[in-house]
Amino acid sequence: MKAFFKVVAVAVFSMVVFAAPGFAADTVKVANAGALSGDLAPYGISALRGVEMAVEDINAKGGILGKKVELLAGDDVCKPEVAVNVATKLVSDGAQMVVGHVCSGATIAANKIYKDANIILISSSATNDDLTLSGEHPNFFRTISNDGAQADLMTDFAKNELKVKKVALIHDKGDYGKGQMELAKAEFDKMGGVDIVLFEGVTTGAMDYTAIVQKIKRSDAELVMWGGYHSDASKIIQMLKKKRVDTLFMGADGIYGDNLPNLAGKYAEGVYATGPNDTSSNPMHQALTKEHQKKYGEDPGTFFITGYTAMQSLATAAEKAGTVDYDAMRAAMFEITVDSPMGQIGFDEKGDIVGAGFSVYRVMDGKYQQVN
Amino acid sequence: MRWIKISLGLAVIGIIGFFTVRELLMDPMYFFELFLGGLTRGSIYALIALGYTMVYGIIQLINFAHGEIYMIGAMTALIVASVLGMWGWNTAVIAILAFVFAIVYSCAYGFTVEKIAYKPLRNAPRLSALISAIGMSLFLQNYVMLAQTPDYLPFKSLIPDFKFWEPFAHIITSVEITIIITTVIVMILLGLLIKFTRIGKAMRATAQDKVMAALLGINVNNVISATFVVGSATAAIGGVLIACHVGQINFYIGFLAGLKAFIAAVLGGIGSIPGAVLGSLVLGISESYFTGYFYSEYEDVFAFTILVIILIFRPSGILGKHDTQKV
Repeated sequence: MKAFFKVVAVAVFSMVVFAAPGFAADTVKVANAGALSGDLAPYGISALRGVEMAVEDINAKGGILGKKVELLAGDDVCKPEVAVNVATKLVSDGAQMVVGHVCSGATIAANKIYKDANIILISSSATNDDLTLSGEHPNFFRTISNDGAQADLMTDFAKNELKVKKVALIHDKGDYGKGQMELAKAEFDKMGGVDIVLFEGVTTGAMDYTAIVQKIKRSDAELVMWGGYHSDASKIIQMLKKKRVDTLFMGADGIYGDNLPNLAGKYAEGVYATGPNDTSSNPMHQALTKEHQKKYGEDPGTFFITGYTAMQSLATAAEKAGTVDYDAMRAAMFEITVDSPMGQIGFDEKGDIVGAGFSVYRVMDGKYQQVN
Repeated sequence: MRWIKISLGLAVIGIIGFFTVRELLMDPMYFFELFLGGLTRGSIYALIALGYTMVYGIIQLINFAHGEIYMIGAMTALIVASVLGMWGWNTAVIAILAFVFAIVYSCAYGFTVEKIAYKPLRNAPRLSALISAIGMSLFLQNYVMLAQTPDYLPFKSLIPDFKFWEPFAHIITSVEITIIITTVIVMILLGLLIKFTRIGKAMRATAQDKVMAALLGINVNNVISATFVVGSATAAIGGVLIACHVGQINFYIGFLAGLKAFIAAVLGGIGSIPGAVLGSLVLGISESYFTGYFYSEYEDVFAFTILVIILIFRPSGILGKHDTQKV
């Protein structure tokens, strides 16, 4: 009897072992991870829709290396601790490459898992410098420029276009927000001629920001630069206006998109933000936007196009490498040129995108419009 | 031990006094503005803390679902205001109706939560009721998240920017002054209710001794329900007011606000109504000064530090009674 059980156990076990490769051969499993719920969901959903649309297009053309692409999705709510769980689950579900995560903090945390599993990670929105520049994430690529580029643009715009002399740098204490403000501070220090009158972090989701607004007012800052996301930014912007504090407000891609104007309403008028370059004149971009409007009945979100490009880059690299194995894929990523809706793009030796950048936008009549 | 406490206390008071005088002389306007900001925040804390302290006073339960009642108040007001706004009603009417609906709805929730989650556990160990309260809090949060949305929703202020107030708006906005005045009115009404009405008398009697009160013909269940309803009403008022002040809400706002109000209630001496108000104002104002003069990064750390310091010197809170707990 005991022997019988042993035989059964071995049989079951070997079935699992042999079944796995056979199963994987049918499709290429690509995972998409990011915030699909919570207050940062608009970013994650916009990226997911881009990836989904790219997968549809790729499958319509016969898939990657003749195999259909199967898309898995994971929701990390933009929290590092959840992101690690999501990453572990996606890897154990057999994901062969991953698009995501959406927020920098979550991406850094999750990439430990992907790196150990030899999986390429490509993000359409995580901009933290360390991800590429530190060299600790060799498997990481992105289809959005890094915060360094963004900070250069923001500080340059503040000094030379807005001509402010005093700035207050406020952040949300997170990897993304604080990292960005530290870069901006370094950049201002290097340029000279602009005084940083305040450098402070605030608690995300705090009940009200009256005290920090009064502090900004006393500092006589002509510009408030914000490192963080739209939900807290909107509270601070409203309070600044309600307290009649006469200062400009500027943020990075964390407040770019329709979310901020929708939330802060008339108070958002005149807010500056940097966001991915406007490539809406690109015919592919226009076709995708139309497709999105047809499918969802609304304009695409912030990371729709970069998400599409990320998926497209993975497919291009796999075709070039002729395999989805990690080493060959990674080598191919550095060589490819992708004909994307963002124009012709490629990747530099650190994994950052080449051929795309940021522009400055300003809220006018409830929508961001490009200013430079 | 005693002289250590006394000298520590004097040192703390001395340092605080020194800073206060110095900052007051340096920039009196800024000092005053921070005070008003703190007063506003403290008022909101007070409106929530009342519910904690009243419930604790009567059934010795920390009602952790109380923050959620506050959030439901704000949500209800938002829904009512949006619907009536679409029908094009007068703004003053919308404001009044939104407040009324928020209060009624929150009271209904407070009443039901007590009946479902606490009443069956009234004679169970206190820890069971506490776990039940935490469960209720999580349930309500997730219920609102699923039924409404996880995103922040814009909340159009129900209180307009008064024209006559314009010259002072940079110091204190119309909404803030409304918050402070409303809180004062609510406190006075509550004081009258507890001091002079039959139900108030019954509440005080029940708080003193539940069994004796029941023996004398007071319906203890009704009194407990009434306490929950009154606490929910003040929390709902707080929720709607803060939503007007901040301009956006989501399902999660009740958590942090509830936690801070709970600290305020403990600070003032849980079970005591004047204590809750005093604790809230102390917490709100000192948070505001801390952010204003030191670092906003550590605002929450500071709030908890105050709690620890005060509890070292007065274990039962500023106005708490110094009696040993009956076991």
